[in-house]
Amino acid sequence: MSAPLSHYLILSALLFSIGFAGAVARRSAIIVLIGIELMLNAANLNFIAFWRYGPHPEALTGVMFVLFSIAIAAAEAAVGLALVIAIYRQRKTIQVDRLDSLKG
Amino acid sequence: MPGEIAFYLIAVFTVAFAAAAMTLRRLVHCALCAAAAFAGLAMIYLQLDAEFVGFAQLLVYVGAIAILIVFAVLLTRGDEVAPGNKQSSPSWMAGAAVAALVLAAMAVAILHSPSLHRLAPSGAEAPVRRIGGELMTRYILPLEMIGVLLTGALLGAVVIAMRDEPETKQPARDVAPKPAEPLEALNSR
Repeated sequence: MSAPLSHYLILSALLFSIGFAGAVARRSAIIVLIGIELMLNAANLNFIAFWRYGPHPEALTGVMFVLFSIAIAAAEAAVGLALVIAIYRQRKTIQVDRLDSLKG
Repeated sequence: MPGEIAFYLIAVFTVAFAAAAMTLRRLVHCALCAAAAFAGLAMIYLQLDAEFVGFAQLLVYVGAIAILIVFAVLLTRGDEVAPGNKQSSPSWMAGAAVAALVLAAMAVAILHSPSLHRLAPSGAEAPVRRIGGELMTRYILPLEMIGVLLTGALLGAVVIAMRDEPETKQPARDVAPKPAEPLEALNSR
């Protein structure tokens, strides 16, 4: 048998906090994006764990939600990294604390 | 209990690589560590009997998003911070403190909830045939919307990242002959 549900939730909370710390504490926009992806993954892990340990695993709801969430995360990463590249081309920097003006 | 040991090993692996991805100096190392953390999460999904999600995670995150991040790192290479420079923002202590608070709050809530300490019921599985059937019947509308969203997002990503030549090369355009004045106008002078 595998570990109890709470251990999966603790792992998910750890991943979420690590991603959050990276997203708010680092200066590079790419690291901020990786942190956001980590937070999304932590949420996905919660869905899968609750699906596996829930009373109705035959309903497949958690699995379906995570599949759609992965697809949306892919779209988000593509657009986010395209934005990073476009910003770098215009401003020659991706340090988020130096991108502080709205007019390009 | 081999399943339990496997879970703890994979959990340590995943958390270690996620922490490395958020703390290392070089962006390429961060991207590769993030890919390893995503692979660890895929292993956890496999360990939770969600095979299809595990392989989808492996394909999408390790296969596509990690490569995309590495490409973005390489295309923004000139911005690599000099060795003496700061990698973290000036207020990183506050950010880390908030993250630690969030972790503490969630850990207390999880550990004090009596209903979360149960073990997994046996027999839960998500066969690919059933997932495909559900996608084609009950979840057909979300599936179509995801198709539209992915198409729009990829088109948008291409448009955003496209090099807009006329604006970036303003001087070159002034030197070039105006297309509005054809050759016969020049000849008649």
